[in-house]
Amino acid sequence: MRSRLALRTVALGYLALLLILPIGLIFFRTFEDGLGPVWDALTNPDTIHALWLTILITLIAVPANTVFGVAAALMLVRQRFPGRSVLNAVIDLPFALSPIVVGLALILVYGRTGWLGGWLNANGIQVIFALPGMVLATIFVSLPFVVREVVPVLREIGTEQDEAAWTLGASPFATFRRVTLPAIRWGITYGVVLTTARALGEFGAVSVVSGKLAGRTETLTLRVENEFQRFDLVGAYTASVVLAILALVVVLAMNLFRRETDGDRGAARQQAVR
Amino acid sequence: MPQKAAPGGLPLGRSFATAYLGLIVLIPLAAVAWRSTEGGAGGFWRAISSPAAVSSLKLTFVCSLVVVAINAVTGTLIAWVLVRDSFRGKAIVNSLIDLPFALPTIVAGLTLLALYGPKGPIGINVAYTRAAIILALLFVTLPFVVRSVQPVLLELDREMEEAAASLGASSLSIFRRIVLPNLMPAILSGVALAFARSIGEFGSVILISGNIPFQTEVASVHIFSQIESDDVTGAAAVSVLLLVISFVSLLAIDTFRKWGSKHEE
Repeated sequence: MRSRLALRTVALGYLALLLILPIGLIFFRTFEDGLGPVWDALTNPDTIHALWLTILITLIAVPANTVFGVAAALMLVRQRFPGRSVLNAVIDLPFALSPIVVGLALILVYGRTGWLGGWLNANGIQVIFALPGMVLATIFVSLPFVVREVVPVLREIGTEQDEAAWTLGASPFATFRRVTLPAIRWGITYGVVLTTARALGEFGAVSVVSGKLAGRTETLTLRVENEFQRFDLVGAYTASVVLAILALVVVLAMNLFRRETDGDRGAARQQAVR
Repeated sequence: MPQKAAPGGLPLGRSFATAYLGLIVLIPLAAVAWRSTEGGAGGFWRAISSPAAVSSLKLTFVCSLVVVAINAVTGTLIAWVLVRDSFRGKAIVNSLIDLPFALPTIVAGLTLLALYGPKGPIGINVAYTRAAIILALLFVTLPFVVRSVQPVLLELDREMEEAAASLGASSLSIFRRIVLPNLMPAILSGVALAFARSIGEFGSVILISGNIPFQTEVASVHIFSQIESDDVTGAAAVSVLLLVISFVSLLAIDTFRKWGSKHEE
């Protein structure tokens, strides 16, 4: 009994020192001098622009990765083709890759001296140091999440119901919309939450391709760094607190939807047992 | 029934997914590999064996190893407490584990700097040291081992433990002989994930490490400064090295997972 208490104390102490105290302190430091400076930092046009840019990038990257994620998951689970295991490994690569390498990779394709640099330049299209590059970087780093959440659900539901619908004459699209999609909806939702978190918070890859121009290519995470480098601590803390609140919302959503996906998988498992 | 009968998904789904993956991931990564060899094999070797590159790679490697070793212990411990213990507020603690995943890395770095930096309220200042790098990496890799071990521990059959206990085994030897071997694949796959993450980490490290060349400059920061100083070929060479490490880590994770599912059967 005593050893159990000791283990609990060590585990909670570790979490307090590493997670809870630092995050608590940043909230305290932000509001230390009252609401005035925080309000000024929040309503600074550059902060507002950074927030909108972050949201805009997320609104492009998340739907793109959701459509891709569902298509790729269907392909990985239900089709046999050469190179399937390679594809499987490549999808996970963004998990394990340094965001700086991601940024560099995009520069080497779309940058001034990149593969497509000359062509883009001749046509007046700017990708690097502009929105398209930042969107591409965000899509890259948040690519695996929907796939990884949908694949296990698809494995567990099997293909029986799809086959039944198909035998009864439903078109592939109708089968997908009426049978497959409802079965994987919580898996997709959970994947979308994870993708959104990653997209809102990406820093390294976006930093390499953005050029970090305040009011133009500065996202909220980049603003945290820039304000810190300019010794505007209130500005850096305020942007951080906005991002931390978004992170807390994401964690809440993860909790909510994890229960739902567990329910889905539990039901599928029960069906399999029967 | 003919093989084609099972609906594989939407028509065109496969070509769309392949093209998307190719355009977003594969072609850019191919460009990195291509650029790294621009100066021939000699140029590649010079870039990765330059004193600054070697020192940053060594630092990154050693810090990552320390971090995953700590994570293997603390991650297993936290998972254990979350599954086997019960106390008020456990559900909240459980959800907080995901916070490092959801919190942007730059914010993580700033929060750690506020508490453990020069103006910290508790008088501990690790800023601009290697300890700061380890601290930042511990923060961002916290969920990996916990979330990998937790489900395995949850489904572990407790009958064996009860049998061992009734035969007089101490709780330590029960853990070492029965629980730990069952958790090993999950611990190792969490460790491999944490290692891959640590090797490439950038955002959480830059504010708190000070990025002092030859002292606290990690590999990602080294690549970043090479890009800034327009040595793109050198940056690409070090990137290829990180790319290889990432891929090997992923293969390791896959192996541990397969081993784990064999364990279950």
